[in-house]
Amino acid sequence: MKKSVFFGTLAAAGLAAGFAAAGTLDDVKANGTLKCGVTTGLVGFAAPDASGKWEGFDVSVCRAVAAAVLGDGEKVEFVPTTGQTRFTALASGEIDMLARNTTWTFSRDVDLKFTFVGVNYYDGQGFMVRKDLGVSSATELDGATVCIQTGTTTELNLADYFKANNMSYEPVPIETNAEAQQQYLAGACDVYTTDASGLAATRATFEDADAHMVLPEIISKEPLGPLVRHGDDQWGDIVRWTLNALIAAEELGVTSANLEEMAKGTNNPEINRLLGTEGDLGGMLGLGATWAKDAISVGGNYGEVFAANIGEGTPIALARGLNAQWTQGGLIYSPPFR
Amino acid sequence: MTSSQHASYVRTEMLPESPPPLTESGIVKWVKENLFSGWINSLLTVVSLYVIYVCLSHIIPWVFQSVWNAGSLTECREIAQEAYGHTHGACWAVIKERWHQLLFGFYPQDLYWRPILAFLLMFVALAPILFDRVPRKLLFFTAIYPFLMIWLCWGGSIWGPVCAALGFVIGYFTLITLEKVAGSLIAIIGMFVVPVMWWLYLSGPVSEMLTSTLPIGLQAVGSKDIGGFMLSFIIGLSGIALSFPIGLLLALGRQSNLFIVKSICVGFIEFIRGVPLITLLFVASLLLGYFLPKEVTFDLIVRVIILVTLFAAAYMAEVIRGGLAALPRGQYEAADALGLDYWKSMRLIILPQALKISIPGIVSTFIGLFKDTVLVVFVGLQDPIGFSNLIRAATEWNGIYWELFVFIGACFFVCCFSMSRYSMYLERKLQTDHR
Repeated sequence: MKKSVFFGTLAAAGLAAGFAAAGTLDDVKANGTLKCGVTTGLVGFAAPDASGKWEGFDVSVCRAVAAAVLGDGEKVEFVPTTGQTRFTALASGEIDMLARNTTWTFSRDVDLKFTFVGVNYYDGQGFMVRKDLGVSSATELDGATVCIQTGTTTELNLADYFKANNMSYEPVPIETNAEAQQQYLAGACDVYTTDASGLAATRATFEDADAHMVLPEIISKEPLGPLVRHGDDQWGDIVRWTLNALIAAEELGVTSANLEEMAKGTNNPEINRLLGTEGDLGGMLGLGATWAKDAISVGGNYGEVFAANIGEGTPIALARGLNAQWTQGGLIYSPPFR
Repeated sequence: MTSSQHASYVRTEMLPESPPPLTESGIVKWVKENLFSGWINSLLTVVSLYVIYVCLSHIIPWVFQSVWNAGSLTECREIAQEAYGHTHGACWAVIKERWHQLLFGFYPQDLYWRPILAFLLMFVALAPILFDRVPRKLLFFTAIYPFLMIWLCWGGSIWGPVCAALGFVIGYFTLITLEKVAGSLIAIIGMFVVPVMWWLYLSGPVSEMLTSTLPIGLQAVGSKDIGGFMLSFIIGLSGIALSFPIGLLLALGRQSNLFIVKSICVGFIEFIRGVPLITLLFVASLLLGYFLPKEVTFDLIVRVIILVTLFAAAYMAEVIRGGLAALPRGQYEAADALGLDYWKSMRLIILPQALKISIPGIVSTFIGLFKDTVLVVFVGLQDPIGFSNLIRAATEWNGIYWELFVFIGACFFVCCFSMSRYSMYLERKLQTDHR
């Protein structure tokens, strides 16, 4: 390490843009681990357990990609990134992909030069209030005090929404979600607003969760998804189609329970193509034939991952809603495997 | 007895001393004089007692009507409801389950003995510096301790740290040999150039060769697994150990008569003091990431240590300059009159006095630096505060708040309080004036 440090300092000036754009797949294979950027902790999406093993909805995407590329969902190095450091970490090559419930926006995609490979969770900003406030709709919140995280898009969305509805509000600026919970419970604000998934997770921790409700209005679109750097389309394809494989597996009825059986061959050609018994989809990606099977074998298909981390069986208890398969009236949709 | 027979109204023996009246002694007197000496003071006493009562009546049940064995916050609440009839108590179960992460981060559990050993050896290494009764020979151990600590914490082959340490030895011998042959200026230049050459070109291959012939080593642990208080200690201690000598040189440089040396020192100190620490940390984590090529593995912890050190060194320089400025001019002139050269006069006359004056300032800079290490959470390093976020992000502990902060606060308090007590001990010991 010592030597590379010195070389690095010497080379610092000229080589900023010098590294090769392509070859993330080769790098990952050479390293033997996938470096995946995650949050510094978000309930249900990414958190380490007592033994230090990372778990969560976003973490599952990382593990699936690692399994598809390296054949082992454990070969991931999780890099916790903050809201400030996440994009630099990806752009500078410190991480290979970012799965950090990041909203897909125009400027991030175009101006910051990232490629969002898809959406793994459709979120939106909502409101939580005490039931005894007697409010049943966000349009009745005129004059309310609102706990809001500063410096986020939620702050801007809130201002837009209240302006459009000709209402006034008094913001109570807070820094983190944990602080918001304390402030809201202490009665410093009438309303707490953040992404609806975050509201559900927060409400689940309350002693008297039934005394609080999430209002029906969703005031913004927050499509969250994994992203990679511009300029390495092969790597972008791998992450995109790994996510699609999880989604397609749910649609086609491939689960972790029947995976082995289906991998022997079925009479549905699309399942066979997906699991590598027919055609050579894996070869086209530069991966092995069983790439999708490996990815699914880590945590099951999209629906299973959802149920295990944030679904109705967990304390967070999120309904599928927009995140149901398109066949069930949701927006989760994979292009065909052909 | 016999002499008192004649006058029965004359007392014949001394009365024993009787205790002073109850209101004029002991606790009653103290209370009367200090708490109820007038109606304003009495009123203030009563009000204060009430405030103390209100605080304690909330804090004591919270601390003691608590739950130590539970798997999640919900379970904690159920148990507390059953045992105490309310759920206002603390849920210390989270500390019980996650203390190892707050202390060691993701460090492999079966290797905890390594950071613990490094921590204990730290006291051995510090002893000869802190207490002058300890045998001087231990200073040798102090010199090798930094390399030992790095090896214990990060593991890997022992030859890497050994070769790094050899650079200093080489520098020392270059100084000695060149001074005899070619004079002191060349010797000083050589002292810097030769070890750098060694580190750049030779130490890598040599350590690889030694590793392949004589593989002694520990299981390597990556920087990403180092977190919690271990991280705070590594950053804080490295910062403290490195910033003191650098700050000393900067302070001397700022007082120097050499124009270039003086301008460099003033420029550096004023620049660093004019910038908040958090911006320097962002430079460490973000800008360097852009400037360095992708293949270069420049460890984030090392980057942070370097910038924290530079930051603390600038403050240290000003604290020491305060001590230098407080010395009477006569001390400098006396040192010159004795015919001592610059370094000798500094080492023997000026610095011992100046540093003694600066002790409180130096120690409070150290304490500030140690506490500032929690700022690294903003660049994605997992210090104790970072881990409190991670723990809270687990589904079972979401909603836990005060317990984690109380634990972290208590740990910091122990460290900072001991540093502060040590500085008071040192001041008393070095007191030479007659007040």
